[in-house]
Amino acid sequence: MAQTAAIDTAAAGIRVADAVNLKARLRRATARSRRNAFLLTAPLLLVLSVTFIVPILDMLFRSVDDPVVGRALTRTPAALADWNAADGLPPEAAYAALVADLAGLRKGGGDGKALIGKFATRLNFEQPGVRSVITKTARKAPKLKQGPYKDALIKIHKKWGQPEIWAAIQRLSTPYTSVHFLASLDLHYDVDGEIVAQPEVRQVYITIWMRTLYVSGLVTLLCVLLGYPVSYLLATLPQRTSNLLIIMVLLPFWTSLLVRTTSWIVVLGQNGVLLEILAWIGLVGDQGRPQLIYNMTGTIVAMTHILLPFMILPIYSVMRGISPTYMRAARSLGATPALAFYKVYMPLTVPGIGAGSILVFILAMGYYITPALVGGQDGTLISNFIAFHMQKSLNWGFAAALGAIMLAGVLGLYWLYDRVIGINNMKLG
Amino acid sequence: MNRTFKLATVALTSAFALGLVAAQAQAESITVVSWGGAYTKSQIKAYHEPFTAKTGIAIQSEDYGGGLAEVKAQVEAGNVIWDLVDVEVSDLIRGCDEGLLETIDHSILPPAPDGTPAAQDFLDGSLYECGVPTIVWSTIYAYDKTKFPGAKPTTMADFFDIKKFPGKRAMRKGPKPNLEFALIADGVPTDQVYEILGTDAGVDRAFAKLDSVKSSMLWWEAGAQPPQMLADGEVIMTTAYNGRIFNAIATENKPFEIVWDGQVWDLDLWVIPKGAPNKEGALKFIAFSTDTQRLADQASWISYGPARKSSVAMIGKHAEAGIEMAPHMPTAPENFKNALLNDFEFWADHQDELNERFNAWLAK
Repeated sequence: MAQTAAIDTAAAGIRVADAVNLKARLRRATARSRRNAFLLTAPLLLVLSVTFIVPILDMLFRSVDDPVVGRALTRTPAALADWNAADGLPPEAAYAALVADLAGLRKGGGDGKALIGKFATRLNFEQPGVRSVITKTARKAPKLKQGPYKDALIKIHKKWGQPEIWAAIQRLSTPYTSVHFLASLDLHYDVDGEIVAQPEVRQVYITIWMRTLYVSGLVTLLCVLLGYPVSYLLATLPQRTSNLLIIMVLLPFWTSLLVRTTSWIVVLGQNGVLLEILAWIGLVGDQGRPQLIYNMTGTIVAMTHILLPFMILPIYSVMRGISPTYMRAARSLGATPALAFYKVYMPLTVPGIGAGSILVFILAMGYYITPALVGGQDGTLISNFIAFHMQKSLNWGFAAALGAIMLAGVLGLYWLYDRVIGINNMKLG
Repeated sequence: MNRTFKLATVALTSAFALGLVAAQAQAESITVVSWGGAYTKSQIKAYHEPFTAKTGIAIQSEDYGGGLAEVKAQVEAGNVIWDLVDVEVSDLIRGCDEGLLETIDHSILPPAPDGTPAAQDFLDGSLYECGVPTIVWSTIYAYDKTKFPGAKPTTMADFFDIKKFPGKRAMRKGPKPNLEFALIADGVPTDQVYEILGTDAGVDRAFAKLDSVKSSMLWWEAGAQPPQMLADGEVIMTTAYNGRIFNAIATENKPFEIVWDGQVWDLDLWVIPKGAPNKEGALKFIAFSTDTQRLADQASWISYGPARKSSVAMIGKHAEAGIEMAPHMPTAPENFKNALLNDFEFWADHQDELNERFNAWLAK
């Protein structure tokens, strides 16, 4: 009996002490295996951050980074520190500082001259037309040996006698700037430093943001309406037929994007397949045919066609996982086919619709090639403008600002989607 | 297999591979970037192939769409892969000012056959510190003859006259040179165009003229699009680079006609991005391709005028179609009556502002 009691207490002691011990050991073991798993992914994370995340952050940083003027003009910003546009023209000291800065850069060899060019270009984005003013003044600056510099500069170009160019220089002298973000929303600083709307003839970005959201939303809606029946068909047909039809969805999906877009030019063009058939039937005349391509219609048709597989495939894989017994059970309980579909089947497919929608929407927001080729003038989207500023106007800070706003917007919409539908409710199959 | 045999195989294979690699490394090459399509083809025939035959330096030809973005990206990243780029004057000025291009010593350029030094042989004012010109090209407008059974368009004003000639037109997507065309069509003489365009009222006037045809207008971006749109019947008239339309007429027998009235002409030049991998090879290529004979040769493949005065006399027939090329040059006297030289200074100053305004106008 004492033996049993001893074993009992011993057993009880083992249980308590070991329980605590076991928990700690389990925690340590789990932590270790998690750390090992993380180490296995570490090379991939490193590659991703170096080749993907860091360059993107660097590009986004350009939207606020504005060192050119500060690097080019070392004396002028200090001379302008106490000046305000309301006071009229800057003091003589500012003119003297500018001449000294420009003359110094001219004598500074190739690098100095390149800095003058960059400074002139940067200022020209702010104050159109001043590029040649800067290059001309920089050429003549080394010849101005002594004051008064104010009259001499105004004689070189009359713009130096107006406050706009000085206000622009003062504004750009800080290493960080908000002008790009303001411009993406059609705002700018006027000569007094107030934030005002751009002149109406230059306002375009708000329209384009709205248009991009509208087109993306419309394309998503059309993809849901067109893709849902197709997925239903694919999911409910017997396996062999269904596999054959799936190939008809996948083959175009694997064809080059450019080929699919340009084939729409052939189909929808003025003398293209569709209009020729309609003319042959007699529905449209030979003259005055509707314009189906190189406008918004063309963009929407082509984008819907190209993004449809992204909607069909998630919905299809969710539908494949829905057991047919649910519908049968609903029918057996007395529901009409329509009611059973609406109350039982469709709610089960919502995760697939959600996955497909968010995929199509985010892709459509960033679409570039299709609007560029078939969009014409009212089908261009924000990514075309970002590309324009990257490639043609070389205003990379502005392109970065547009990209940053788009990234923030898409992340915001994703967060909203998560709140409303829940990201864990998204299924890809 | 015994050990010696395996060792021998490995040794032979690696020697062979090393030999191949060494041979590859010794083949010199330069990367030449141009605008693609019929224009690049004319350069390959007139410059690239004879150059490789003469010097053995291989040429990688690449296409781009204009603008300095790639050059700027490469130079700033310190990883330049282009040796030579064909650019417009406004890009040259900007690139040179910002230190993106190498300076070119003009003493490497050969003189004309009659001994005139290169500096005098090239068109006045066309030799720049960072670039050497090759061709004179022009933006004109062209129409499909079969679509005009009665009256035919003959002036720039006809392009903007949708009452007299109803139908769709196409223009290059951008303010350049459409604003000039609009003012010329509105009656401004060519020597006052840039003066008026420098004022706010002038720009408003140009946009008002463009507004009058906006509903009938399609927009192209690549040089190959206008002849395609004309051939497809998408448009009845389109502005285009003159060489591309000529190419469609000469080699594809299209029934197109060029209207030279109000043409805006410009130069194309070779530039070298700063830090190019094979600057020596690029300089040799420039010296070769801009000599008198070569510039006359390219004129036998596409109707762009040579930038050297001595080449004009040597312009002959089209290499494939056998047409006399001289009457199709932008600078031929009968075509040059109402021509406007593109003012690069004006565009260097105003292109950002006018691009913004044009994009805003287009989007409304």
